[in-house]
Amino acid sequence: MAAPPGRARRRWAAWAFLAPVTVYLVVFYAYPLYRNLDLSLRDYTVRSFVEGNAPFAGLDHYRGVVRDPSFGPALWHTTVFTAVSIAFQFAIGLGLAVFFRRHFPLSRTLRALFLVPWLLPLIVSASTWSWMLNSESGVVNSVLQRLGGSPINWLTSPRWALASVTIANIWIGIPFNLVLLHSGLEGIPASIEEAAALDGAGPWQRFWRVTFPMLRPVSAITLLLGLIYTLKVFDIVWIMTRGGPADSSSTLATWSYRLGFGNMLPAFSPGAAVGNLLIVMALMFGLIYIRVQRRQDAP
Amino acid sequence: MTHVFAQRIIMFSAITAVAGPIGCSSSKDKANGSATSYAIWDPYPQFDASSGWVQLVNKCGTAAGVTIKRTAFDTSDLTNKALLAAQQHNSPDVLIVDNPVVSTLADGGVLATTDDTKIDVSAVQPNLLAAGQLGGKTYGIPIGANTLALYYNKAVLQAAGVDAASIKDWAALTGALAKITATGKKGITFSAIGTEEGSFQFLPWFWGAGAQLTALDSPQASSALSLWVDWVKSGYAPNSVLNNTQTTSWQEFATGQYGFAENGTWQLGNAKKTGFEYGIIAIPGMAGGTAPAPTGGELVTVPVQQATERYATSVKLVGCLTSTENLYTTDTTLSYVAPTSAVQAKQVAATPELTVWVSAVQAAKGRTSDNLGTKYPKISQPLWTAMQTALSGSKSPGEALAVAQATAAQATK
Repeated sequence: MAAPPGRARRRWAAWAFLAPVTVYLVVFYAYPLYRNLDLSLRDYTVRSFVEGNAPFAGLDHYRGVVRDPSFGPALWHTTVFTAVSIAFQFAIGLGLAVFFRRHFPLSRTLRALFLVPWLLPLIVSASTWSWMLNSESGVVNSVLQRLGGSPINWLTSPRWALASVTIANIWIGIPFNLVLLHSGLEGIPASIEEAAALDGAGPWQRFWRVTFPMLRPVSAITLLLGLIYTLKVFDIVWIMTRGGPADSSSTLATWSYRLGFGNMLPAFSPGAAVGNLLIVMALMFGLIYIRVQRRQDAP
Repeated sequence: MTHVFAQRIIMFSAITAVAGPIGCSSSKDKANGSATSYAIWDPYPQFDASSGWVQLVNKCGTAAGVTIKRTAFDTSDLTNKALLAAQQHNSPDVLIVDNPVVSTLADGGVLATTDDTKIDVSAVQPNLLAAGQLGGKTYGIPIGANTLALYYNKAVLQAAGVDAASIKDWAALTGALAKITATGKKGITFSAIGTEEGSFQFLPWFWGAGAQLTALDSPQASSALSLWVDWVKSGYAPNSVLNNTQTTSWQEFATGQYGFAENGTWQLGNAKKTGFEYGIIAIPGMAGGTAPAPTGGELVTVPVQQATERYATSVKLVGCLTSTENLYTTDTTLSYVAPTSAVQAKQVAATPELTVWVSAVQAAKGRTSDNLGTKYPKISQPLWTAMQTALSGSKSPGEALAVAQATAAQATK
């Protein structure tokens, strides 16, 4: 009989098992976050970035960013873009999820087809949208004209640019909402609805009073993930309008990119500051979610 | 059984995850490896090992008695890669970089001057060399230049009764656009996108009106922007110019529905594939003459090294890449105009249609010239914003440029 393994040895084993995830978290999460904070709190010019002696600037860059004339529009566009995207994605996704709950012939195939926007690389879908909405040769304007309407400058007029990128983003986000809500619906036992039906609840009442409340945890996580995902959407906007014309569809994400990389003279520090503001916003929504969840779990 | 197997996998991944980063850090992954290996970075990812360019690079290495480690980056990626490498004292020995970026890198202390490296730049055309100069020092030597001119569709112009040779000033050009539009075609396409590309395309008109980048709100600047705005308002130019890159603008021209297109030397290869006959004229100035277009193209630079003894070999490499004979090959491959008059003469003799381009390059002007240097990006951004504001009809050209000047003045203070 071998001697039982010592406590110390067991602790070492525990640390060894923890090590990969710790190393992973530090290398890929903690360090980049620290670097981003460092970038935003020091005054990095091209020279000090290379030489590594950037002076400490405190919150100056945050103040500068908030006072910048581009900040107000970018914040407003981010809010509108996120709110409208989420509202439509969720509503359409929920409608489709309920629809696909009835198993009819070809329902699986149709549901799979709805996933296409999710499977396409964003550069492909954004370029396609940008091509469809082109003022001169776009298919959307050509249909409008054939129906007797006048063409709209979807991507090149300040009135429509934000709406156009929002529409494209809604289309891309629907499958995500559909999949999550559909699996949530599948998790609700059919017997509960049957019981409600026996008690005389109509289909409308059954949905609003039984299904929808039972779907609440899944709805909450869908909305939260959608929110975080939409806040930071960058590629669609950048590919379709570059945040233009003249900032009329700029969001915090595109503005941050423009500051850091969109110019020959990179402004790393203000760019990092805007990025950090975005992280804080996402974090706030995460905290709200945790609180709501805790209240739900409490007896 | 499966349980044991799963445990083993976890154990294995735990070990590899811990060992992984350590293993990586021990391998020497420096851009400039040993004494006989020299690193060259270029923005030509379209060229692979079998291309003339890469063969030339290797040949130059052999001639200097070293092996070359060549890495190609996307041009928009190269600036940040070069900055990161410099931060880690890991710069390549030779860096070929887009001309307006040179002043940014020089300002960051990344590049060695020709005083340090003793590179001979005397044969280079001064207006092209200016893009590599900052504060009286020279940081790079052009490998080739390109610039903008007006391509035209011969059939479209003929149908509208327009003679391209008669277009010597803006009034004549606008008149020609009106005639073309009257035949049901589009007059002209260009790129007015809200990025550096948009400013690049606008500058020939801006400079052609006599405006200066130091005064964006001048009446000359306003007349240049009004020209573009009026074209779009009158339907001579499509509304899509606001979102056009130079590539999408070219695609519009390639449909055969446009009279003119403002585009660069690099489209010459594609122009032959359009299937219609085309011609090229220089961009006219407001009251006549050739407007100065901005220079495009790359400069060969030598980044600062701690081991200064490496410069001697780097200079041999630069000298080889920019020698008369090799410039001819390189610029033919890249579809560029050479930066020295000797090679330009050779190019024109071989390809007479390059004549327009050579004169356009001779009239061209670096964006960072006039000692603007790193101020240029801070001026360019307000300029393209003004362009977009005016073209989308949010503000008049004058108002938009007044805002731009205020922003630029604040940023370059």
